[in-house]
Amino acid sequence: MKVSYQWLNEYIDLSGLSAEELAERMTRGGIEIDGVESRNKGVTGVVVGHVVSKEKHPDADKLNVCKVDVGTGEELQIVCGAKNVDAGQLVPVAVIGAVLPGDFKIKRAKLRGVESQGMICSAKELGLNDKLLPKEQQEGILVLPESTRIGASIASVLGIDDEVLELDLTPNRSDCLSMLGVAYEVGALTGREVKLPDNAVHDAAAKTEGLVSVAVEAEEQCPHYTARYIQGVTIGSSPSWLQNRLMAAGIRPINNVVDVTNFVMLEYGQPLHAFDADKVPGGRIVVRMAREGETLVTLDDQERRLEPHMLVITDGNEPIALAGVMGGASTEVTAGTTNILLESARFDGGIVRKTSRQLGLRSESSIRFEKEVDPASVIPALDRAASLIAQLASGLVTDGIVQAAAKAPEKAVVEVTLARINGYLGTELSSLEVRSILGRLRFDYDFGADDAFRIQVPTRRGDITRAVDIIEEVARLHGYDNIPTTPIHGDVIPGSLTKPQAIRRELRKRLADSGLNEVTSYSFTSPARTEMFPALSEGARPVRLSMPMSEERSVLRTSLLAQLVETAVYNRNRKNESAALFEIGSVFHTDEETLTRLPREKHRFAALLTGNRVQSSWNGKAEAYDFYDAKGIVETIASVLGIAGKLTYAPAQPEHFHPGRTAAIVLDTESGPSIIGYVGQLHPAGQLEWELADTYVVELELEPVYEYADFDIVYRTLPRYPAMERDIAVVVNADVAAGDLTAAATRTAGALLESISVFDVFTGERLGAGKKSVALSLVYRHAERTLTDEEVTALHAEVVGHLAQSFGAELRK
Amino acid sequence: MKARLEELRAEALGELQAVASQGALNDLRVKYLGKKGALTEILRGMGALSAEERPVIGGVANEVRGAIEAVIEEKQIAFQREETEGRLREETIDVTLPGRKLPTGSVHPLNKVAQEIEDVFIGLGYTIAEGPEVETDYYNFEALNLPKNHPARDMQDSFYVTDEILMRTHTSPVQVRTMKASAGMTPVKVICPGKVYRRDDDDATHSFQFNQIEGLVIGKGIRMSDLKGTLLQFVQQMFGSQAQIRLRPSFFPFTEPSAEVDVTCVQCAGDGCRMCKQTGWLEILGCGMVHPRVLEMGGYDPEEVTGFAFGMGVERIALLKYGIDDIRHFYSNDLRFLGQFARM
Repeated sequence: MKVSYQWLNEYIDLSGLSAEELAERMTRGGIEIDGVESRNKGVTGVVVGHVVSKEKHPDADKLNVCKVDVGTGEELQIVCGAKNVDAGQLVPVAVIGAVLPGDFKIKRAKLRGVESQGMICSAKELGLNDKLLPKEQQEGILVLPESTRIGASIASVLGIDDEVLELDLTPNRSDCLSMLGVAYEVGALTGREVKLPDNAVHDAAAKTEGLVSVAVEAEEQCPHYTARYIQGVTIGSSPSWLQNRLMAAGIRPINNVVDVTNFVMLEYGQPLHAFDADKVPGGRIVVRMAREGETLVTLDDQERRLEPHMLVITDGNEPIALAGVMGGASTEVTAGTTNILLESARFDGGIVRKTSRQLGLRSESSIRFEKEVDPASVIPALDRAASLIAQLASGLVTDGIVQAAAKAPEKAVVEVTLARINGYLGTELSSLEVRSILGRLRFDYDFGADDAFRIQVPTRRGDITRAVDIIEEVARLHGYDNIPTTPIHGDVIPGSLTKPQAIRRELRKRLADSGLNEVTSYSFTSPARTEMFPALSEGARPVRLSMPMSEERSVLRTSLLAQLVETAVYNRNRKNESAALFEIGSVFHTDEETLTRLPREKHRFAALLTGNRVQSSWNGKAEAYDFYDAKGIVETIASVLGIAGKLTYAPAQPEHFHPGRTAAIVLDTESGPSIIGYVGQLHPAGQLEWELADTYVVELELEPVYEYADFDIVYRTLPRYPAMERDIAVVVNADVAAGDLTAAATRTAGALLESISVFDVFTGERLGAGKKSVALSLVYRHAERTLTDEEVTALHAEVVGHLAQSFGAELRK
Repeated sequence: MKARLEELRAEALGELQAVASQGALNDLRVKYLGKKGALTEILRGMGALSAEERPVIGGVANEVRGAIEAVIEEKQIAFQREETEGRLREETIDVTLPGRKLPTGSVHPLNKVAQEIEDVFIGLGYTIAEGPEVETDYYNFEALNLPKNHPARDMQDSFYVTDEILMRTHTSPVQVRTMKASAGMTPVKVICPGKVYRRDDDDATHSFQFNQIEGLVIGKGIRMSDLKGTLLQFVQQMFGSQAQIRLRPSFFPFTEPSAEVDVTCVQCAGDGCRMCKQTGWLEILGCGMVHPRVLEMGGYDPEEVTGFAFGMGVERIALLKYGIDDIRHFYSNDLRFLGQFARM
């Protein structure tokens, strides 16, 4: 809503309060002012001039030489190129020394040899927004009304010595979609009186009832419909004061009748519509729901297909307007219109909203109806508009209003005690202070002996229906700054993180401290990307947005890996060939084609290593990441979270992974082994396509990790008896997994085995084709005594024997 | 014999004077003082001396030995010092060459800031509540006093999946879930961090995906002054003890009264600068007293308990805190950007 300072001043005295100060007061009171703009875009020294004579320029067909009187007693000679300039006109004249918008200074000039002492201006040259100009002012010089005083400053003639406040209204304050509403608000802030406009109607003898009939068949959607009739109007341009008011508010003047309806809408917040009464057969108005298959050509000459949920104004047969949204072309007020049927009504906000959205027709009118208009303004606005039309279009208002579905507006009564107000806000307001605030708001109230205020809320404040709404009014008018700052009373409870939150924080910290960079990707991705890494999402469907911004961001991610790869590519393109990245976030799975319940949101951890772990430097060669760096991340996480003993790794071939360099991460759960993630190299074909160096990734489900993670550190006594270490090197077939060898050895050695590790693996000609050597180091220890050489030798021999039996392992000499 | 000893002394000292290496010094030690050395050789003739002569010659012999030993010792120390110095010279390295750093990665700045905010509130006795990013219309809107067709729904255009399921547009549904889970118990003191989604064209200050942190407190006798007190405590911990807050009346369907909260400009400390558009204030969060209807829908009697809620954008705080000029950096994951957050 744009509010002209000068216009507002007609409803409330703004003296002593500049536009800037007013804006600050309103903002601090809860009506945010986005900006204060001067209507004068930089015009100085332009005055009203009278074109005394016009002659053709001797050397230029398109130019005229005018003699202009600007009231200084001396006629100016001005060369003018406008087609519409003529003797006898009153026009804006930028005299020598005047300045036009854009810091354009007017100097003495010669045009094709003829001296010009100034410039006759168009509206556009005066900085007026040409989108808002009435049609007749859009081209050529601006011709002013005959009554304009010669020599007067153009800024005051055009009313651009004004500032406009741009209100950024919250949805609850639609009462400020009107000048009067804003005046009441300023009154509440300043305590000043609101002056209501004159809306007295001087009725003619003829009765409206014989000329107009109104019936409402959908009272729920149209709780009040009123109409007046104005006879014998002459359609023409509005006076400049009215045009200026509309332009200040951002509305283009059309003609006197339409301009009045817009003006009164801005004044009262009540949209009005004027029909050409002679095009409404028998003056009959029937308000009803639209019927299937009906159409209406609206004022913008578009044929609209109507639907049964839309409310229409009809002439008893055909729709002639879309209630509250837009009028129909067939009953439009045109230059030849002589009789006006003027409508002022209330329409259901939800219906108007739905209709205007569906048809893409948002208007000043629909915006106001959507937020519900003040029932108490329907008739005052109708009267005000009728009286102005009569005055400005020289018509006669017939006697009486016809109306239907007229229900008296009811005022909400709200009760709140002083104790409740103070208890809610933490203030210590006296009843006198609260009474003063209610007085400034112009709310009627009783204050009882029980300390309770019983407040009758005016219908213009439809947002106030319960005690807390009154408390808010008191708070904002008392000033939020004046509410004290207190600590919360009551028990102090310690704050804390949940186990999953603590785990995620630990992971972040560990990985960042180990040199990985955390990334955050979008949850929206393309369907193609959700298919790239299906390994952990078997059988699940992605969730699709119903109206995505683009196909690229049309579904929710099902894995973190596709975007992690994309991030690596993004950085590779920026000369960062090496990257160590991780992300912790949700992926989304559903089983349904169309969702009837929420999808599964699964917390995942993913990491990516590409390029070099160590860059080449003065004291070392570059070292590339390999599979075991990625696996080491999982192992570190597992040991930090106390689940290392529950994890095993099995060769796996998920899609887009290197088939020989990928492991499934298997968690030993209560219900058996379960794959909770994968670690491996990207498939070389993928690496080639993405132009990435060897790249290793991990993706891990976090929910099972949350479940099995064990934070309890239980101290074990340090060993008191010596350990015995035995190394063996066995030759096995190359496809025997080292993990299987250690697992078998561990099982055989039993409780006395303290640890086992692989300390060497190699292949070579000496071993024979398809063979490899695996060297293991086993540490034996007994907690309560020193082991004897004999028993360790015996046990160790058993281990070797078992490996030989199960894997065909030969002891290497 | 005495003369031979004196002669030996003179000869030994002369030779030692000229010795140039540790090896030569060792040889001289053996030559003069060794088991088969010159001194021993002379003393072997002691047996032929008379009892009177023996102690005299013995005395001279000890004196000679002492003198030779002292010079050898002196030479020994000199050689050792020289050798040490030589080794140190050889071992000298260029200390200006770079060392081997411990690996340093980084926590994403949005998480870094979110954790910092969470920690402030954990210190104030809050717990952290979480909820789904895909929500029902009921939790996201209806239970927050935003019925279908409510004009305030225009304020946040949403990404719907179906008519009833959407990407949450704020973290407020977690408030409702928390209230329902609390089953009417008080006090409730939670912080709800998380990703939210709104239909917005991405530019330097807008992102369709962003992070919010909300707070909710419900209890008996919770007042708007407590809300102010809590927020002041928060901004002073987050932005320094000089930071002040300013509340401006505003509107949210789920709180009443509602306010937008400004904090003293972090750049100019309130003097006015480009960052705060010369106002001295930066808008950082929205807040208010929990609307009675929201309390009712959450299973509380608004006559019995009251509460407050507040919410802030993590991106906004991070932009201000680090002076970042474009919100899109948070999601492009450029290592040159992320690497800057490796510091404490």
